Amino acid sequence: MTKTLLSDFTIDRESNTIRITREFAAPATLVWKAWTSAELLAHWWAPKPYHIETKQLDLNVGGTWLYAMVSPQGEKTWCKADYQAIEEYTVLSWLDAFCDEHGIENTIKPRSLWTTRFNENNNLTTAHITLVHERSEDIDLLINMGFREGFTMAIGNLDELLMQLNQQPNEKK
Amino acid sequence: MIRRDIFQAIADPTRRGILMLVAMQAMTPNALAEHFDISRQAVSKHLRILSECELIAQKQYGREIHYSLELQKMIEIDQWLAPFRKIWESRFDQLDQLLSTLQHQKT
Repeated sequence: MTKTLLSDFTIDRESNTIRITREFAAPATLVWKAWTSAELLAHWWAPKPYHIETKQLDLNVGGTWLYAMVSPQGEKTWCKADYQAIEEYTVLSWLDAFCDEHGIENTIKPRSLWTTRFNENNNLTTAHITLVHERSEDIDLLINMGFREGFTMAIGNLDELLMQLNQQPNEKK
Repeated sequence: MIRRDIFQAIADPTRRGILMLVAMQAMTPNALAEHFDISRQAVSKHLRILSECELIAQKQYGREIHYSLELQKMIEIDQWLAPFRKIWESRFDQLDQLLSTLQHQKT
């Protein structure tokens, strides 16, 4: 059974905000757990073929989730989320940054203020995500970085494909 | 250098509404204005912004001007955003799978 879940992605230049809306076929309690437990975040937060390794996750206002985005080659990019607001099953907000393994932030990436509101209805949970930025240029920078990341992902997938092709016996030419 | 930011153009809900309407069929400013609770002048202003961003094109039919969607420009926006959106889709697909697995475990 494949159900099309609502998914929306918009950029609001006037408020320097990226908005993402997505439905999930699960109750809010479970979706919340997936967003707040290091063990579950490991299963989905990194876009393939990356994965994440969480060093610390302190789910409290003022607490931090410190993790590394790990490439298939094992290169680590450290990221963190400084929790700003937490209302169980309803609101999760953090300020993100690139940083070192000790959580000391750098300015490679503009910081985004993430706020995710979870709304459950009939066993479907809608996540309304907003990423607010200080300056309008920050969004361009993020999109450009996303472009690079997307490109790297595509290259990663290509590597995988080539590996599979190489493993096949080349009887057919 | 374009005078107007294309993303500013599509950020406004009225302008997005206009784009949706002219995507269906070419329309005159009067016909468009009927769909919104704003003055004809305000609609004209939105049309001007969309034209400047080349998101819509105008054609003269006798005394009437018809506006239609410039599909190519919309495709460009979509392509520009695609890699960024792909990251999110990849993430969310994985979350879908995880949530489904967790729910099967419970029952």
